[in-house]
Amino acid sequence: MESRTGKIREIARRLLTEEKVDVVLGYKAGTVPLRNIPFFARTPEEVESLIWDSNGRINLANFLPRREDRIAVAAKGCDVRNIVNHIIENQIKREQVYIIGVPCEGMIDPELVYEREGRLIEEAAEADGKLTVRGNGFETVLDRNELLRQNCRICQHRNPPVYDELVGEPVPEEGDVSPLEDLEELLAKADSERYEYFHDLVKTCIRCYACRDACPLCYCHVCFVDEHMPQWLGKSIDPRDVITYHFLRAFHCAGRCTDCGACESACPLNIKVRQFTRLLEKDIRELYGYEAGLSLDKLPPLTVYLPDDREEFIK
Amino acid sequence: MTNEESGGEFKPKIIAFLCNWCSYGADLAGVSRMAYPPNIRIIRIPCTGRMSPKFILEAFRRGADGVWVSGCHPGDCHYIAGNYHARRIFTLLNNFYNYLGLEPGRLHFSWISSAEGEKFARVATEVIEAVKAVGPSDRFAKDRIEVA
Repeated sequence: MESRTGKIREIARRLLTEEKVDVVLGYKAGTVPLRNIPFFARTPEEVESLIWDSNGRINLANFLPRREDRIAVAAKGCDVRNIVNHIIENQIKREQVYIIGVPCEGMIDPELVYEREGRLIEEAAEADGKLTVRGNGFETVLDRNELLRQNCRICQHRNPPVYDELVGEPVPEEGDVSPLEDLEELLAKADSERYEYFHDLVKTCIRCYACRDACPLCYCHVCFVDEHMPQWLGKSIDPRDVITYHFLRAFHCAGRCTDCGACESACPLNIKVRQFTRLLEKDIRELYGYEAGLSLDKLPPLTVYLPDDREEFIK
Repeated sequence: MTNEESGGEFKPKIIAFLCNWCSYGADLAGVSRMAYPPNIRIIRIPCTGRMSPKFILEAFRRGADGVWVSGCHPGDCHYIAGNYHARRIFTLLNNFYNYLGLEPGRLHFSWISSAEGEKFARVATEVIEAVKAVGPSDRFAKDRIEVA
């Protein structure tokens, strides 16, 4: 991990000195332990703030649409897939973005750390797959692989599919976890049970739209939640409005979602909002053989069709 | 609520989105004096390709008991490919709605050409029967505030 930080800084410094790009986007340590924030390095001096560890949960592709400058991004597998999405959807030009691909070993879920510790963590450090957390009078060493986010545990694309430069060696792709086990379980239930499940899931939602704002796919000038005349959903936290919001947010991501987990990590109430997008991602993969952001040449599944697409549910 | 008002028998409200170029014309079923039950409220759309999932959600949110979308057979679209694109969206939407717990039998899709008045009457009856079997919608319908 430290070596990646060094390598990213080195590449960033070179790119800025040679004026190949105007800005390098990466992470810097946040004000709270275990939370990194996005950082735009514009001078070779600022490069010293860039870091890379297991807390880069924010998807950096989110900062690319509507940019005029040339930008380099230190991007993990899912970030790169979202950058590819942006290029396909004409949100940024390929020649405008320099992709510093970082093979990713998964990001940790701070909630799991809080759950284990149950006390205030004032400091956290990472080395050789171990996470050391310190607080008032205690120090604990945790195994970072046990603290990964769920989407990182089932991730099938840890290495960036497209890049201009790769940091370090590619990591082995995990193939042993069935990404769909719990989803199949949910699908086997009766519709009333699934209704109750989703009803419960978003019960605490305060409609802050953090999941939307964190999502790199959400770049519309006017979001459907802000539209009125017609107003697609009420502003209240009526359960039906809340479910409508999550329904449409997920549906907008159909065929584009890379399961990067930025939405879930952004949720202040720890709602598992990925449960909504996961079925669509599965359907797109199984029905139309498409996984978002893997290639610059493949057309997105909802912009094309085949004469013999399945339709057994249509009368 | 619907039950008490109608004296016990459940009369579902069904919103039908019909393509201008086929299913809407297949309503000729009426001119040909074919009968179908009166529970369907028709909204004319220019093509199934115009259908946004938002329309369907809005219908359910405002208290529709069922939604039926009907357009031209694949290959017969007035705009060449509108229904092909719609088919992919409907497939995902149908699966997704079921996943979130919409009862099977509330949401219906069909291809009906303007020459198929008989099919129109048959499918309309089928849709109404299916929605009646499920009963009044409560999962996705937003309650109205009662103003005295």
